[in-house]
Amino acid sequence: MKSKKVLSRRMTFILMLAPALILFIVFNTIPLITGTMYSFTNYKGYGSFEFVGLRNYIDLFSDTRVWNSYLFTFKYAIVGTLLVNVISLVLAMGLNSKIKMKNTLRGVYFLPNVLGGLVVGYIFSFIFTYIIPAVGSALNIGFLENSILASEEYAWIGVLVVGVWQSVAMNTIIYISGLQTIPGDIYEAGMIDGVTPWQKFRHLTLPMLMPFVTTNLVLSTKNMLMVFDQIMALTKGGPAQSTESISYLIYKNGMDGGQFGFQSANAVMFFVVIVAISIFQMVITNKKEEQL
Amino acid sequence: MSDKMTGVANTVEAVTGNIPSKKSRISKSKVSSAIITAFLIIGCFTILFPLYMTIIIAFKSPAEMTNDIGGALSFPQSFSFDNFAEAIRVTDFWHSLANSVIITGASIVLSIIIHSMAGYAIGRNMKRKKSFRLIYFYIVSGMFVPFAILMMPLVKQTAILGLDNMFGVIILYTVFYMPMNVMLYSGYMKNIPLAMEEAADIDGASAWRTYWTIIFPMMKPMHATVAVLTALGTWNDVMTPLVIMSGSENTTLPLAQLNFQTQFGTNYNLAFASYLLALLPIVILYLICQKQIIGGVANGAVKG
Repeated sequence: MKSKKVLSRRMTFILMLAPALILFIVFNTIPLITGTMYSFTNYKGYGSFEFVGLRNYIDLFSDTRVWNSYLFTFKYAIVGTLLVNVISLVLAMGLNSKIKMKNTLRGVYFLPNVLGGLVVGYIFSFIFTYIIPAVGSALNIGFLENSILASEEYAWIGVLVVGVWQSVAMNTIIYISGLQTIPGDIYEAGMIDGVTPWQKFRHLTLPMLMPFVTTNLVLSTKNMLMVFDQIMALTKGGPAQSTESISYLIYKNGMDGGQFGFQSANAVMFFVVIVAISIFQMVITNKKEEQL
Repeated sequence: MSDKMTGVANTVEAVTGNIPSKKSRISKSKVSSAIITAFLIIGCFTILFPLYMTIIIAFKSPAEMTNDIGGALSFPQSFSFDNFAEAIRVTDFWHSLANSVIITGASIVLSIIIHSMAGYAIGRNMKRKKSFRLIYFYIVSGMFVPFAILMMPLVKQTAILGLDNMFGVIILYTVFYMPMNVMLYSGYMKNIPLAMEEAADIDGASAWRTYWTIIFPMMKPMHATVAVLTALGTWNDVMTPLVIMSGSENTTLPLAQLNFQTQFGTNYNLAFASYLLALLPIVILYLICQKQIIGGVANGAVKG
């Protein structure tokens, strides 16, 4: 009697897990495996194909377009992650202090997070193309007179501005909830000892906040490495492929460019890079947490 | 009476105890709070300016758009809804709005049902059984898989399975958000004591019934978090419907903006009316449920 009941309980658990597990295998693991298989072929996305061994992977390293997309994506992700975290930490400290209209201000600063990246990109595209050059020519500031998005050298900054504008919201909220976990009496003890605000931040706030810094760094690096919507809306990878991110290149050449196999190899590389960076970041910041 | 007495005594103590330093500290903190508030309000303009511009341009007629800044940013001569009517017609707004609502709504419902069951099964068995622990790490590690690597095989696979449509997109979202949601749900099981199930067990209820009548309602805070995170992710997503639904005639709200970008041409008033319409549903929802949305996002990120 008892064993029957235990068995049915176990069966129930397995049945409850089954739908999730089956869906995950069919729509995550199987495409992951087939994608990796395609990366060893010269498949164009249509017609016949054959296995070419590691050729795609070797070609990846000599393909300047792939190199450029990695350079752009990393430049964007590193500068973006730093900017986002500094800005959102400052904002979080402001929004967490004793101020008036706290909830309204928090509400406004979180707003960009609910807006779609594509439409936001289109709106900023207009600002970069018409508003800023108009301001530049009205004030006679030479370098503002042309659209930043048309410049091979600086278009990435335009993409960066939009990316940061949207990402700050999320990280600010996480930092605010981090700041709220710090007990007030720590600061009271600090006040008696007469520490400066910077010392207070460096030796009291930051160490207590370290787990949230880890979360934010991993989160924003991952999001920024996968940048797609903003590029679709702002530059389409241009001018002269100077803002082509890895995701955008895989989408563009893999889906329409007849490079299904080659871009699959690129995607596998990208996957490995993301896993490596995430592990690296977690190890580094965990060490920092112990030190502080 | 005695309460009043101590109250008075406290006030007296506060007044007599070190008056100058306390006063200066209060006024100092008041000044710094005012400065911080001022900076934060100025900072808001970076957020509100693009939205102001969108609204202003959406209500203007093309003739009002001169080449200087005033042409774009000044108030319209009259607030006309013509651009909106035209944008609704051109982008088939109601249709794509309905599609977006269906996709997001169905993804939320499926996620809550499927992921909470999985999270419950894993959360209750992880400690004792290695197999459940393995499955947990297997699913959660999916968080590191970028869409870029799944994209091309999924396009082929969904086409073969006849899922290159809205239904396929819903299924895919249920899979994409599974790692995060399963982690959230199984973590939340720590807050629900085993005694709940044991009591129901003695009463003779089956494990299945116990879950739906007792455990599932108790996971309500997590359902809210999952709903918010899934909604924000799916509502604004462009890439998945773009590659999966490109064959079908249906579009989502963001996808419609992408598809009709060329038709807007240089009629920015029409384009911005369309952008504003695309942003409006989520902004309205945000204004109504701001507390829940911010709470859900913070909760999900901190636990995750």
